[in-house]
Amino acid sequence: MQLALTEDDQAFREEMRTFFTTTFPEEIRRTVEEGRELTREQIVESQQALNAAGLAVPHWPEEWGGRGWSELKRHIWHEEMQAASVPVPLAFNASMIGPVIAQFGTQEQKEKFLPKTANLDIWWSQGFSEPDAGSDLAGLRTTAVLDGDDWVVNGQKTWTTLGQYGDWIFTLVRTDPEVKKQAGISMLLIDMTSPGVEVRPIELIDGGHEVNEVWFTDVRVPGENLVGEVNSGWTQAKFLLGNERVGVAPVGATKRVLARAKELGASILADDPLLRARVVELENELLALELTALRVAAHSAGAEPHPASSVLKLKGTELQQAVSELVVDLGGPATLASGEGDATLEWYRRSTPTYLNLRKASIYGGSNEIQRQIISRNILGL
Amino acid sequence: MDFTYDDEQTALRDAVRGLVGKAYADYEQRRRATKEDPGFDEKLWTQMAEMGLLGLPFSEDDGGVGAGPVEIGIVCRELGRVLAPEPYLSSVVLAGGLVSAVGTPEQRQELLGALSGGESVLAFAHDEPGHRWSAEAHDVTADASGALTGTKDGVLHGARADVLVVSAVLPDGGTGLFLVTGDALASVERSGYPTFDGGRAARITFDATAATPLGAAAADVTTSIATVQDITRIMAANEALGAMQTQLRATTEYLKSRKQFGVTLNTFQALTFRAADMYTSVELTHSMVDWATMVVAAGDPAQVADAAARAGLQVSRAGRHVGQEAIQLHGGIAMTAEYNVGTFTAHLTALDHLLGDAGHHLRALDARLGDHGVIDPLDRAATA
Ligand SMILES: Cc1cc2nc3c(=O)[nH]c(=O)nc-3n(C[C@H](O)[C@H](O)[C@H](O)COP(=O)(O)OP(=O)(O)OC[C@H]3O[C@@H](n4cnc5c(N)ncnc54)[C@H](O)[C@@H]3O)c2cc1C
Repeated sequence: MQLALTEDDQAFREEMRTFFTTTFPEEIRRTVEEGRELTREQIVESQQALNAAGLAVPHWPEEWGGRGWSELKRHIWHEEMQAASVPVPLAFNASMIGPVIAQFGTQEQKEKFLPKTANLDIWWSQGFSEPDAGSDLAGLRTTAVLDGDDWVVNGQKTWTTLGQYGDWIFTLVRTDPEVKKQAGISMLLIDMTSPGVEVRPIELIDGGHEVNEVWFTDVRVPGENLVGEVNSGWTQAKFLLGNERVGVAPVGATKRVLARAKELGASILADDPLLRARVVELENELLALELTALRVAAHSAGAEPHPASSVLKLKGTELQQAVSELVVDLGGPATLASGEGDATLEWYRRSTPTYLNLRKASIYGGSNEIQRQIISRNILGL
Repeated sequence: MDFTYDDEQTALRDAVRGLVGKAYADYEQRRRATKEDPGFDEKLWTQMAEMGLLGLPFSEDDGGVGAGPVEIGIVCRELGRVLAPEPYLSSVVLAGGLVSAVGTPEQRQELLGALSGGESVLAFAHDEPGHRWSAEAHDVTADASGALTGTKDGVLHGARADVLVVSAVLPDGGTGLFLVTGDALASVERSGYPTFDGGRAARITFDATAATPLGAAAADVTTSIATVQDITRIMAANEALGAMQTQLRATTEYLKSRKQFGVTLNTFQALTFRAADMYTSVELTHSMVDWATMVVAAGDPAQVADAAARAGLQVSRAGRHVGQEAIQLHGGIAMTAEYNVGTFTAHLTALDHLLGDAGHHLRALDARLGDHGVIDPLDRAATA
């Protein structure tokens, strides 16, 4: 066992740190650091800045912009990005559909979609969940029926994050209602400007508009937009959901928020040993989580992921939520204020909406109960 | 940077597992060993010496093997997996560590040579009634001639020990270390007793007992004691991790085999989820313990202190969680002495209180809270 980074990894870390803190657009980093919401333009600008530097999709196949880095380098890249308040590349593009198209897509699909996906010229939405198909995703009912060369899609998706910005949506649709439910699903790529696609906003408990319902009424989708074989969608879905869980433990970002809480709340903390104790506990748990992420990264040399990787989503979201809760408690009555204020007040004002918003983290991406199910079944064999 | 054993470390682990794991594979053997004084298997202790395990931490000049913290951690972890009662932590890591850190070259050669060879058991007489987890002595004093007076309690293997390393307040203040051996040791009142986890400890009373300074006479060695305690905390964390891994494994097996209501217990999700949470605790602890062990290898005492507190806090929380859940998920059988699950929890509890529990570490970390913005676990080591 060896604690030190190799010279090569150390140099790589410096290189990442330097790029993120000196070259990357400052204004975007400020916005993230202060916990303000990014605009669509800022998210696009951010990913394009990363892509221009070859840092948007390093985990993709090299042919399509990947860098062939070790898991450890990818980990370092990801952590340094968050530590510097750089928004991570849009997950729908970079971690979800991109790798799926690279793995299962036709050559035409790869050429048509991958460069634009990496550069966020296409904004992808994820159309998996339906009102009656959440954790039990295979229960989905949106149908696609072949008519000539086209698929005709009818049904409703829900919880579509940032669907209001979406150019395209990757969906799971039922293409064979007769077989076992996992066996009758296909993956379709749908242009959201197609006639019959309707996006309706859902307002969340933080007052924000982040998710949507997406309705499909006789939407015609060209046959060439099917990914992989007909009725093989469950395979692609599992591949995608596996990737979705990697890197979902936002350790770097959570550490940064906690550090900022310490800084802005210094005078409150000085007088409150109980709050300080919570900070210490959280710092320690985050350290254990970060070390686990490092252990997983340094362990899985390309092959099977280390089993402990299942812990990352579970614990990562719990800590992300716990830190947001601490921030609210630090703010106390200041969280109720509104209107103009200095940076500290503004931060506290945003803290409760953030806390409420982050309740989602343990629900999506495979709820934490589903993670426990994976650990107990697949790892412990229960 | 990696968290994987190299080939030699893997070979060491397998060898230790072969020896200790075999000796205590049957829990009855452990029960037998702990029933009678000295509370461990002297024959196994000799075999551990022959394998070179007792000399691992000490330099070759001192009669040891000169291995690093990762290797010592491996031994502790394997001992923890089977709850081996041999006094490795107290005699080799703690008392031996002090001799190694503070002793004169002659003292080191003599004491550590005998310890490594399995001929001599050392004990650190330090804790005093009414004081918690300190690097200093409080009520036991040394006079100008070096004679010791006062009472130590909770001295692990204090009755069996061939040599006592004793901390005492020096005439001019500060804490010094002394050796009590031979005739002087024979004159000391030592009352040994079994601890709740099958271990042994003793209450030791000194009454103008003749003693030899360990290292330079009248030197205040509080910082050396603190560092050796920190290293021991981290090795105790390795031992605790081994114990937690066994508890998780045992619980998982039990849930798969125990039937109630006509089905095995793993049919009930309320139980499998709790096992998943135990797994999470164990894995997070594993990462932290490996890291802290590597920080010892990097050597800076301030960073070792920080890592010891962090690992200590994590192990305290996780040890209680895993230990308590292991009993609950086993049901009544875990309450019995002949079944090992409860004893593992007892031992985790003993380790928790040996050198400082969560509250103790929390306070230490709280005092340093303002010293950093974010914690960078990799800044503890120079570039390889
Ligand atoms: C803010 C937000 C954004 C989202 N964005 C997207 C998106 O962009 N695209 C998309 O496709 N989906 C998205 N989702 C949907 C998300 O993936 C689902 O909400 C999630 O899969 C859970 O499904 P559900 O909400 O229907 O809850 P349910 O599946 O009904 O679960 C309800 C509760 O029961 C638990 N539960 C369910 N099954 C089990 C079981 N077998 N064992 C134990 N407990 C169980 C759950 O963990 C949960 O606590 C988003 C969700 C949210 C909240």
